[in-house]
Amino acid sequence: MQATQTMLAMRGVSKSFLGVRVLHGVSLDLAAGEVHALVGENGAGKSTLMKVLAGEHVPDEGSIVLDGTEHAFSHPAQAQTAGIGIIHQEFALLAHRTVAENVFLGREPTRHGLVDRRAMEARTAELLADAGVSGITPRTYVRDLSVARQQTVEIVKALASDVRVLVMDEPTAPLADHEAGLLHDLVRRLAARGLGILYISHRLREVFELSQRITVLKDGRHVTTAHTADTDTDQVVRAMVGRELSAYYPPRAHPDDIGEVRLTVTGGGNDRLRGIDLALRAGEITGIAGLEGSGRTSLARALFGAAPFTGGTMTVGGNALRPRTPRQAIRAGIALVTEDRKAEGLALRQSVRDNALLVTRAVPARGGPPAARELTALLERVRLQARGEDQETRYLSGGNQQKVVIAKWLAARPRVLLFDEPTRGVDVGAKAAIHTLVRELAREGIAVLIVSSELPELIGMSDRILVMSEGRIAGELSAGAAEEDVMRLATTAPSGDPSALSGKDSLA
Amino acid sequence: MSGTTVAPPPASPKTRAPSRSRLTDPAVGVWLAAAAVTALGWITVAARGGDFLTLANVVGILQNCVALGLVAVGQTAVILTGSLDLSVAYLISLGTLVAATTMEDGGVVTAVLAVLALSAAVGLANGLIVTGLKVNAFIATLGTAFILRGWIEDNYTGPAGKVPASFQHLGYDRIGPVPVSLFLLAAVAAAMWLITRRTRFGHHLYATGGDEHAARLSGVRTRRTVIAAHVLCSLCVGAAALFLASRLGAGAPWAGTEARYDLESIAAVVLGGTVLAGGRGGVAGTLGGVLVLAVLDSVFNQLGVDPFFKNVVRGVVIIAAVALYARRGSRRSA
Repeated sequence: MQATQTMLAMRGVSKSFLGVRVLHGVSLDLAAGEVHALVGENGAGKSTLMKVLAGEHVPDEGSIVLDGTEHAFSHPAQAQTAGIGIIHQEFALLAHRTVAENVFLGREPTRHGLVDRRAMEARTAELLADAGVSGITPRTYVRDLSVARQQTVEIVKALASDVRVLVMDEPTAPLADHEAGLLHDLVRRLAARGLGILYISHRLREVFELSQRITVLKDGRHVTTAHTADTDTDQVVRAMVGRELSAYYPPRAHPDDIGEVRLTVTGGGNDRLRGIDLALRAGEITGIAGLEGSGRTSLARALFGAAPFTGGTMTVGGNALRPRTPRQAIRAGIALVTEDRKAEGLALRQSVRDNALLVTRAVPARGGPPAARELTALLERVRLQARGEDQETRYLSGGNQQKVVIAKWLAARPRVLLFDEPTRGVDVGAKAAIHTLVRELAREGIAVLIVSSELPELIGMSDRILVMSEGRIAGELSAGAAEEDVMRLATTAPSGDPSALSGKDSLA
Repeated sequence: MSGTTVAPPPASPKTRAPSRSRLTDPAVGVWLAAAAVTALGWITVAARGGDFLTLANVVGILQNCVALGLVAVGQTAVILTGSLDLSVAYLISLGTLVAATTMEDGGVVTAVLAVLALSAAVGLANGLIVTGLKVNAFIATLGTAFILRGWIEDNYTGPAGKVPASFQHLGYDRIGPVPVSLFLLAAVAAAMWLITRRTRFGHHLYATGGDEHAARLSGVRTRRTVIAAHVLCSLCVGAAALFLASRLGAGAPWAGTEARYDLESIAAVVLGGTVLAGGRGGVAGTLGGVLVLAVLDSVFNQLGVDPFFKNVVRGVVIIAAVALYARRGSRRSA
């Protein structure tokens, strides 16, 4: 089909930054009504290619042809006018402005020289209805919307400028599974309307569900473009990493490996959590599943003292301690790898070394900062790939940034390690490395807790799974539970009686 | 955060009351504060046997708002884009000198045009330095402030020029009880309100200050927006200089610096609820902030409070207001 109706063609696009070549003559084409997936490890050049298309970077070489016209964009506004819209991983929305103001930002309708607010809001309402979105009004402030809804606003914003080509850069990364499903429906509707969609994703399953064709990039080069129907996951993964990834997850803990209880919570609660009973054991990986808003992240933050429990009791290493601040938690040997590593995990403008030493420099109770040689060993241990220990962390790929965050905590010799979305926005290769590392750490006797919205990861890694719903633990499942069982627990609201909800073993 | 921000559990008592938002809107809050300060002033002055709310006193308070009001309205536009202007005080001084000396040997019209042209040029320079050379606005406008100061000290040793009686009408005339200058402030403020709230440029001001990257990606020409904001601000400052020249009857090197219009205007803007980082706030709040400061001044003058205490109270009021806004902001994002 693409042969008949090629709408967009990028030919031989090259781009260098500060002498480093990130794109080597990449070509790509897109037909109207097609969902064309773009996959590759982080640093493969997907985002750069899309930024060239959207006019955010000027290519050194190569051309962009849209509907037979060659374009050279030097400002995003030009690409927008030509009909190219892009949904970034980081939303380009103004939190303190209304939905309508955001949707029409940069092209507000005017009447007698003044902005026609009424027309703007009416048109926004139409667009929202058109896209089949409910629950968002044009006058809602963006800050009051959930992440999923903010993303919908982004999409509607692109639609408002009559886009022909919509680029989506890992749109499901911040979404929980059921929200991802809603997004997929929206993508299909848009494609059916004749839009061409370029879809970047690390989640191969959705790539295969949604796309008609898949293009693989590696190290800034085009590897292959295949019809989705003619290929399979293994082939795509091989093309992405240049090797086979047979075992995605390391083997689970043997019952003998699981040792003493490191952390307990009894009846823990705060304004987002209720009746939390929990025990984390040395050597064991406990998985926390649940929909977005179920309290998964709140639980991790409560254990770490960032949004502390206000009720219940907690012990760490046998001593009663309910941390009220992260510092107390860190002193007791608790570490949290947060889901937003750029905002909460790293000082992006500081070096790998400074970041890795951050915790030990701040909290002497966990032993002083490691010597230079120990630090080098630690960074090797987390399999960091960087230009050196002096490199600023903002220049690292997502996977390597995450490794620096993990190194930062390992330097403080934690006894309890909490991970909130350990591999979000991390490429396949680094993902496997992080999974292996996490299992190694558990085997060395650290009690590990993993919060993840990616069910295959959660099930693959966990020795047991706690499913959360509406701020409570709705049930526990043993290792290797089926995704359906987890979803059933997560989506079935617990009964209204809080006392009936200690039910940890009810569904094991 | 995404795991916690959405879909509050029905069992949870934490629900956001939308009706609260109007009262906690700083633009409303600061006007309520102005009313409260006025009431307090009235009570304290009355307790000492004085009368605070006389027509003469109210008019005096409003008249005292004019110069700071003009500067603060301009400052609002710049701060909304996330920038800042510290050169306003010296620009006022230079403006009064240019106005008075030009009026002495040229006409009033020439003088007004000269001051506005000077202001626009300084604003343009500020905007170009901030956006083109990518110098932080604090440093950039501090730099232009030094340059202006150098120019003033090199060319003027004291008051200079003479403002003709015809132009002093602006500073001293009244229509009924209302000073003419108040109409100038009202007109400038109304124009700025219209620009910020109802024009595309105004929307882009908020967008640029709210998130410059997002604005750029949405097709907003963020650099032009910031430059235009600086020019607008300086034009307002030029208007303030003209008003002060008319009041003083001459140009004075200390016209802008003695009253510290640079920091005072920023204080009024912030007191009015405009976020220093940009993107939130507006002219309405700023006028409220100016009024609060003017009423406080008037109360202290009537009571004959010593200057130290007066400054302490002003400092406390500003810090308390911003602390209050910060609490509100963090609760919302929690």
